[in-house]
Amino acid sequence: MSTEPLIQIRNMNKFFGNFQALKNINLEVNRGERIVVCGPSGSGKSTMIRCINRLEEHTDGHIIIDGKELTDQVKDINAVRREVGMVFQSFNLFPHMNIIKNLTMAQQLVRKISKTEARKTAMEYLKKVKIPEQADKYPIQLSGGQQQRVAIARALCMKPEIMLFDEPTSALDPEMINEVLEVMVELANEGMTMICVTHEMGFARSIADRVIFMDAGEIVEEAVPSEFFDNPKNERTKEFLSQILSH
Amino acid sequence: MSFDLSLIVESVPMMLAGIGITLKLLVVSGLLGLMLAICLLLMRISGKWYLNIPAQIYIYIFRGTPILVQIFIIYYGLPQFDAIRESIFWPILREPTGCAILALTLNTGAYVSEILRGGVLGVGKGLMEAGSALGLSSRQKFIYITAPIATRLALPAYSNDVISLLKSTALASTITIADMTGIARTIVAETYAPYEIYMSLAVIYMIFTFGIQKLFGAIERYLGRYTKREG
Repeated sequence: MSTEPLIQIRNMNKFFGNFQALKNINLEVNRGERIVVCGPSGSGKSTMIRCINRLEEHTDGHIIIDGKELTDQVKDINAVRREVGMVFQSFNLFPHMNIIKNLTMAQQLVRKISKTEARKTAMEYLKKVKIPEQADKYPIQLSGGQQQRVAIARALCMKPEIMLFDEPTSALDPEMINEVLEVMVELANEGMTMICVTHEMGFARSIADRVIFMDAGEIVEEAVPSEFFDNPKNERTKEFLSQILSH
Repeated sequence: MSFDLSLIVESVPMMLAGIGITLKLLVVSGLLGLMLAICLLLMRISGKWYLNIPAQIYIYIFRGTPILVQIFIIYYGLPQFDAIRESIFWPILREPTGCAILALTLNTGAYVSEILRGGVLGVGKGLMEAGSALGLSSRQKFIYITAPIATRLALPAYSNDVISLLKSTALASTITIADMTGIARTIVAETYAPYEIYMSLAVIYMIFTFGIQKLFGAIERYLGRYTKREG
């Protein structure tokens, strides 16, 4: 296993038209590291992780995933996307497929795995997220928390090197947040490389190796959780933390 | 004014003799039109201007002109050109049925492609992103995500177009075709009883429409089975 960072972002900028969404982002994530990204709405957190699997194209700078630089070459992008799993705020399960099909489709189409093998893997991960009994249902028949756990299982079925979480609990009712966080904690404990955009500060404190605070498209502060929460350096970080931790 | 019931009893079976031709016009131009519509749709959403713009021009022309005028241009207009009469298409264009099918196909294709495009636009962007994030190619995303969902979304508007196409087939009677309407016109010319004949004809079309509605209702329920919470 190489000691090179799994994700390297260097001097990366992202513009939407004239608006600069990301300013000179530099970030390295090592294998097995767990990063939590937080910051106010519109600060560029989601845009940054969406650049990592090229759902957004960065304007300049470099993004290198497992030694492969993200460029315009479609072939390379799909190769990178196979290694990067993503979980969205709004689950984005395919509504017209039952749960098992949601989990097997990409395995068969992208990884070229046989149907039997794909189903086996799918059931394994459904057990892991604790809902194997829902395999034959359609997404709409599941609760939000269950749907998000299916979405996590769907991403894991592709055996990714990295998991990106884009506010995975923000669309959930409060009583469903924990069941999703538990799955994420388990994943973190198994050594998955993770980048999570989240405002679940308890989660950040307990599993993150580093917490990153973004504001106005910049990485403002980057520290281990104890340092980040107990002794933040930047004024904007302090202000943000006081706002979200005051209640 | 008298209402001649025996005339209706007598003429309905005669008009029904044209059912085969009406059905042929509907089914053949419906299927060919759907294929044309899918081609036009793919051109429209290809993201390539040299495919998109011709498709847009085509749709504009065929939606912008009356179908009756299109039928007349094809049936009366095209044979004026030697090139057409010498081409491999002449066996089709020489026959009024071929001309009617061609006109109906070209017309419905333009409308249906826009209906399908509406369905495609209705597929959530998030689902496309989920497909991308899993590493699916554009083609795979279209086949496995966009197409099935867009089909369901487009179906109510599409069934409307099929019903509309059924009624457009009546225009074929203007170019000597003996579909149900064509036969009705002949009977009216012989009996001078337009009220009885055309009323019965209208009822026959309504029964047809009812059948089409039921058929699409069943397809809609099948395609929409995943939108119900109770399984």
